[in-house]
Amino acid sequence: MAAKPCICVEHVSRVFGKKKVLDDIALAVERGEIFGMLGPSGAGKTTLVKLIAGIDQATEGTIHVFDVKMPHLQAMKRIGFMAQSDALYEELTALENLQFFSAIYGLRGKRQKERIEEVAELVHLTEHLKKTVHHYSGGMKRRLSLAASLLHEPEVLILDEPTVGIDPVLRQSIWAELERIRQQGTTIVVTTHVMDEAEKCQRLAMIRDGRLIAVGSPNELKEKTHSETIEQAFLYFGGAHQ
Amino acid sequence: MRVRAIVIRIIRQFFRDKRTLGLMILAPMFVLFLMNLVFNGEEYKPTIAVDQAVPVALAEKLQKNDAHIKWMGKQTAKAQLNKQQIDAFIEMKEGMPQMTLEGSDPTANKAVLMSVQKTLQQLTPQTKTMKLDTIYLHGSEEMALFDNFGPVLIGFFIFFFVFLIAGVSFLRERTRGTLERLLATPLKRWEIVVGYVIGFGIFTTFQASLISWFAIHVLDMMMEGSFLYVLLITFLLSMTALTLGTLLSAFANNELQMIQFIPLIVVPQIFFSGLFNLETMAQWLRSFSVIMPLTYGADALREIMIRGNGWNEIAIDVYVLLGFSLLFMILNVIALKKYRKL
Repeated sequence: MAAKPCICVEHVSRVFGKKKVLDDIALAVERGEIFGMLGPSGAGKTTLVKLIAGIDQATEGTIHVFDVKMPHLQAMKRIGFMAQSDALYEELTALENLQFFSAIYGLRGKRQKERIEEVAELVHLTEHLKKTVHHYSGGMKRRLSLAASLLHEPEVLILDEPTVGIDPVLRQSIWAELERIRQQGTTIVVTTHVMDEAEKCQRLAMIRDGRLIAVGSPNELKEKTHSETIEQAFLYFGGAHQ
Repeated sequence: MRVRAIVIRIIRQFFRDKRTLGLMILAPMFVLFLMNLVFNGEEYKPTIAVDQAVPVALAEKLQKNDAHIKWMGKQTAKAQLNKQQIDAFIEMKEGMPQMTLEGSDPTANKAVLMSVQKTLQQLTPQTKTMKLDTIYLHGSEEMALFDNFGPVLIGFFIFFFVFLIAGVSFLRERTRGTLERLLATPLKRWEIVVGYVIGFGIFTTFQASLISWFAIHVLDMMMEGSFLYVLLITFLLSMTALTLGTLLSAFANNELQMIQFIPLIVVPQIFFSGLFNLETMAQWLRSFSVIMPLTYGADALREIMIRGNGWNEIAIDVYVLLGFSLLFMILNVIALKKYRKL
């Protein structure tokens, strides 16, 4: 596995007006890992994943995904993005939503049908496809949103707080799904502010006030700081140990 | 065919949201119907009270000239005038008739004066009045007020509803995050704009045809020219409204802010589009109408519906409306840059 990193973020800053939301971030995500971004809300996680997804552009620095400088439309075809909001058309049925998003990715006919069945199966929504999204519960919407971002079999899946506001059982099942998707070879970048979720990632980036404070596997980070939990490690890197 | 996917989705959404569908089609019809009732009503018949001293001949003539006549004394008449039960009172003063008008309603004033003038003219035939033979180049003696501004109203309502609905649905795309999701795909910005134009275009063609058909065939609005030209103009107007609405939605943060554009963008267009005569307005103010899409739409609709004119007279309006739509579309593609640079 001497492959180049899948995502390469180099000295990236993003400034909105006078506010520096990201400050000189550098990190690399390897192929086939779940890479977590951990940090409190307002730390700049969403901004960073939007830059990686190609929706936004860095003020300084570069981001490469599959060796292509972002933003790049062709590279975006290979990325799946799930934002914090569910981003679904509520007046349409789940099936119609999936049909729409798959058509946007150029899936048609039999292939489209197959993929819709597969992703619906994956998020356990097969029996509810005919319902309008308006009648869905919050958790179902989240799962449908995840399904929509998986339709085109992205090589990189970017998830912004996929489990926020979701009950623990469902959260467990979403993480189990993510693990399955990863085993199929997909690279996953996921943001979270829940510390115990961070344990499920292969590697973690800790972000605070737009700065990267630490990168490593959960165990590495804990060992380095002689902490029992990720939370303690985060506090240590955040400067609370002094 | 990513554009096609957007078109299909928009049309599906329309048929799911029955209420909005109804609003876009039935509301304009309903308002046009009400306008028709108000402006095509019977001519106002004034009620005139006369004193006993007034010659019967005069009263009879007044009655013939569309006035209701009531005989009463001065005291009662005064009281009834105050209560607006009668419009005018005629008494004799030194052998000459004198009239008191209630006076607060211009329509009533005009009607009273009309019938009194007609009556006096008929009673004093010695001054031989010249009779003017009038030929109508366009319209006719029967043309009602509604026929005159009906075409403007058709244009306006189509413009108004398409502007609002298109603006709000594009805005929702943004506030609900679906726009961001779309922009995370390889979809190009122009594809979103074109998808919207075609999806709404199909729907508004249907809407505009129904409204025009209703106005012309059910409300019996004056219609001298070709129905196809009316459709062409209403279609172009709705395209302009659609592209302007989606463009401006980029500058609104919620539905309420979208509605705030109505008094700023939509209402002024009524005043400048020919519903009122602009001749009396200051020149600099009048030149505002040049930048208002409704001016061209209303002008073309009048040419077709009232004057029965064809392509030559509406060509410029058609080009200008096309130009507006294209301009707004391009600006739209640029405005989307705010959300994705690429």
